[in-house]
Amino acid sequence: MANLLAAQGGRPLRDGLADLATWLGVTLVAGSALWVVADVIWHGVGAVNWGFVTTAPQDAGRAGGISTILVATFLVLLVCMTAALPLGLGAAMYLSEYGRGPMGRWVRRSLDVLAGVPSIVFGLFGAVFFVQVLGLGFSILAGGLTLACMVLPILIRTTEMAFSGLPQEYRAGAAALGFGPSGILLRVLLPAAAPGLVAGLILGVGRALAETAVLIFTSGYVDRMPDSLLDSGRVLSLHIFDLSMNVPGGDHNAYGAAVVLLLILLVINGIGGWLSRRWIGRGIVAS
Amino acid sequence: MSRPLADKWFRWGLLASAALSGAVVVLVVLFLLVASWPALADLGPGRYLTDTRWYPSGGLWGMSAMIVGTLLSTLGAVLLAAPLGILSAVFCHYYAPARMATLYRRLVELLAGIPSVVYGLWGLVVLVPIIARWHPPGTSLLAAILVLTLMILPTVALVADSALGQLPGSQVAGAYALGLSRAGVIWRIAVPAARRALATGTLLATARAIGETMAVLMVCGGVVNLPTSLFEPIRTLTANIALEMSYAEGLHRSSLFVTGLVLVLAVVTLVTVADRLGEEPTGG
Repeated sequence: MANLLAAQGGRPLRDGLADLATWLGVTLVAGSALWVVADVIWHGVGAVNWGFVTTAPQDAGRAGGISTILVATFLVLLVCMTAALPLGLGAAMYLSEYGRGPMGRWVRRSLDVLAGVPSIVFGLFGAVFFVQVLGLGFSILAGGLTLACMVLPILIRTTEMAFSGLPQEYRAGAAALGFGPSGILLRVLLPAAAPGLVAGLILGVGRALAETAVLIFTSGYVDRMPDSLLDSGRVLSLHIFDLSMNVPGGDHNAYGAAVVLLLILLVINGIGGWLSRRWIGRGIVAS
Repeated sequence: MSRPLADKWFRWGLLASAALSGAVVVLVVLFLLVASWPALADLGPGRYLTDTRWYPSGGLWGMSAMIVGTLLSTLGAVLLAAPLGILSAVFCHYYAPARMATLYRRLVELLAGIPSVVYGLWGLVVLVPIIARWHPPGTSLLAAILVLTLMILPTVALVADSALGQLPGSQVAGAYALGLSRAGVIWRIAVPAARRALATGTLLATARAIGETMAVLMVCGGVVNLPTSLFEPIRTLTANIALEMSYAEGLHRSSLFVTGLVLVLAVVTLVTVADRLGEEPTGG
């Protein structure tokens, strides 16, 4: 302790430098964040109007809008959540109610590893498993199912927290009223945990919407209106990528699509973050 | 159906969902192994390091330039993002008034929520031309580092933020009572006490940087090149998969899966070490 105090010698100068570094760093971070968002909105907001959202892309996306892209994006999300939600809900209920044994530990560990797998690797996996082995081809179904694998960890983690955060009295009280295990879970705990579930669902949707690399080799590039779930469909993020990288003169509409994507995500992450802070007691950031 | 029987089925259903969810990662690794087997058996893992160039149609399988590209871009981004992330957390706890801290946290969360492809678009249209004016061609290792920094910074900042929040208040109050200045309390007491969590956050951010694909792909130039300066274009392992997967066949395609396998191993190792660090008590 003595040398700690002695080390306070050149204190004012060093403290001043530490303070300055902190303010500079923070200004840099805040400035960059605002720069990215402001740039996208500044360049893109002029491209966005009702026509942009309701007409199909023409001339490889340089002209026209993003209606077919939005439909494909919605369908991919629908497939993703239809697959991931029941599975994730079941797994989360298991983990929170029966998950203290070796099985629970194994599932948790697996999910932690799964959460770390890079998205491009999910893309590779989907390209073999769903596209080839299950024979789905480049399709909305293959893309959505691959995405479902990717969002499972965040979905399960949030949902499990919603369940395990419920007071123990709910379980005891419901048991005292004569509910069996399934009754307790489905009729008492599920409704009580519902806001947390919605938070997990919304954060999962946000995560899925932001994703690109998973979908390049699974749901594909085709930008016309999908006929069915077995048709290829191009999602919004991939549309932005393609327009900015592969289509000369596509920047204007790329920015337009980026504004739409960013606005949807801001709303989704805003609601999801608010719900999870309010109901689960801590924020979970979809990243 | 009688109730006990229904309960039994219900519990089996839950167990099945949990088992299936846990099995996904096994399935992922299994199919990566199967798809990379032809390359591993025919070429052997050594070729990827010993061949001089990456030229699959000519039978040259050297990946060292891309491995170096991944390592350098990751290293650069972590070196920038770790201090900035820690400063962000310090700012929220010791400098900013409550309202400003909340506002700043939302801003960091916003940064975390921006999709990869939007960072790429911004990098391509704004950042790359700025770098090009300074030192062409613009698409470069530097651009990749800067875009990656913004993407992984929230990971460090959020982990550091919660770690500083969990420090016992008595520790900090005691330090103030000893007459330490604010900067003294932060850099001599609080940050050293939270070092484990800071290391965890940095490792998780490193894992993200290694696995990131789209934003890097859009700004790095995509040229397989062993960079000798920050301004040269590079290609990372993830960018290589994204660029070549659409037309690769045979051993070439299989090699891309080998890359995927290596990425998974690297990332999972980092995440596991980070989790271990995070599980043990802070401080000490």
